Amino acid sequence: MIKDSTVLDVEKVRKDFPILDTLVFGHPLVYLDNAATTQKPEAVLQAMNEYYHTINSNVHRGVHHLSQLATDAYELARKKIAEYIGARYAHEIIYTRGTTESINLVAASFSKKFLKAGDSILVSGMEHHSNIVPWQMACEDRGATLKVIPIDANGELVLDGLDKLLSEGVKLVSVNYVSNALGTINPVREIIRAAHRHGIPVLLDAAQAVQHMEVDVQELDVDFLAFSSHKIYGPTGFGVLYGKEKWLNELPPYQGGGEMIKTVSFEKTTYNDLPYKFEAGTPDMAGAIGLGAALDYIQTLGLPAIRQTEHNLMAYALDTLQEIEGLRMIGSSVNRAGVLSFLVGDIHPFDMGEILDKQGIAVRTGHHCAQPIMDLYCIPGTVRASLAFYNTPAEIDRLAAGIRKAMKLLG
Amino acid sequence: MTIKEKQDEIIGDFEFLGNWDDKYEYIISLGKELAPMDPAYKIDENLIRGCQSRVWMHPEYKDGVITFTADSDAVITKGLVSLVISVLSGHSPKEIIDADLYFIDAIGLSSHLSPTRSNGLLSMVKQIKMYALAYQAKSLQS
Repeated sequence: MIKDSTVLDVEKVRKDFPILDTLVFGHPLVYLDNAATTQKPEAVLQAMNEYYHTINSNVHRGVHHLSQLATDAYELARKKIAEYIGARYAHEIIYTRGTTESINLVAASFSKKFLKAGDSILVSGMEHHSNIVPWQMACEDRGATLKVIPIDANGELVLDGLDKLLSEGVKLVSVNYVSNALGTINPVREIIRAAHRHGIPVLLDAAQAVQHMEVDVQELDVDFLAFSSHKIYGPTGFGVLYGKEKWLNELPPYQGGGEMIKTVSFEKTTYNDLPYKFEAGTPDMAGAIGLGAALDYIQTLGLPAIRQTEHNLMAYALDTLQEIEGLRMIGSSVNRAGVLSFLVGDIHPFDMGEILDKQGIAVRTGHHCAQPIMDLYCIPGTVRASLAFYNTPAEIDRLAAGIRKAMKLLG
Repeated sequence: MTIKEKQDEIIGDFEFLGNWDDKYEYIISLGKELAPMDPAYKIDENLIRGCQSRVWMHPEYKDGVITFTADSDAVITKGLVSLVISVLSGHSPKEIIDADLYFIDAIGLSSHLSPTRSNGLLSMVKQIKMYALAYQAKSLQS
């Protein structure tokens, strides 16, 4: 049921998110920290509540009625997720605790089988720490090296030397689709095509992409893709790893335990089929069902309408903020989604964040777990306002007024 | 003045400041007025790392009392640093170790002592206590 309307009725949509009515220090909350986590619509809260009220049971194990209902609901969510990202098979969807665990899974399992001394892994200069550190650990373990696609002053990847980089022993490329610190939408199709010319698989960290735009893993021809439930209006502590069937079959299991095995003896264990091979232990049933409900909710609004609504709001926000004297955007890519990172004069981002907070405006300040980017710009961090479709132009005006007030106090 | 008297004076000052803007304006002015730290001491060894803002601090132990100088790259943190120093500087190691810093909570800035803010102030208070313990141990030895 995908609606084709061009933009959302935001005032109506806001009613689906009870938390948006919160008062903070006496002011109506302006929630602009959506890249950190999004708020949850009533439909998600209800689905999780209903799961615990009516069918809570361990999945895949019991012969009893409730276990069957729980398993059905849990596996239905997998189908919804597969459909949402255009995966060929539901078993290409691996449930994890989030983007970080998804990347760690690939880093550990892929490296164990394919990474040798002298090889390298290629990431970009605008990665979140969770797409740097797991690879550093894998490289250290295997005697391999981590290489980096450079970024320019606009906050865009420099792909001129990509072919040369790829020809130097790279075994896997892992880059983000959209930068959490700058909002840049990266040219991932170009990167995937180039990597595949060299026979190298690509992992996309799509944590900041799937909530803003259509992502189709088959169209992208991407080998692995990771995202978190809580950044796409679903519950926290749950996430997804997509992998092409052929790759997931190649990779050894990540963790051992129940569910991921076929037979166990003290001499030899045989592993279960996909996706269960990678899902040791009792999973987060309510998490899967909650994410399924979040994706249903997004489909009801329609991703094209979400994208257009956010695009219009982003344009308004850029215009409004750029009118503020002394405000400079960090990262000026034309292709951006969700995130506005900025500094004002020589005001420390932490001071700005605190004064905005006092006015009920929630932003993120700091290095956004992307310290290499801050080092590149020689700044301690930024103020980051990140948008969701439920934000309004009036909230952007509140942000602008809040920044002006902070400038007056701190100036 | 004792550490307690100094804290009560600060709390009294803040009671005169009505709304949050006035409180912040005052803290910010304290931050701006804090005597600059000797650059020789504004070094990595004296840096207290927080995730957000950074604090530098240097202790000097003379005639049985510790004097602190400090700086921060964020002005609100610097204002609070200034208050903490004004309260604890010039006291003996024992007085500093025993001190209960209740004024930050009382003036409504307790979030600055929350580990989630990790802005250096909490680490600074811990570091001050560590210095005091070290100086006390040293003075007992000699």
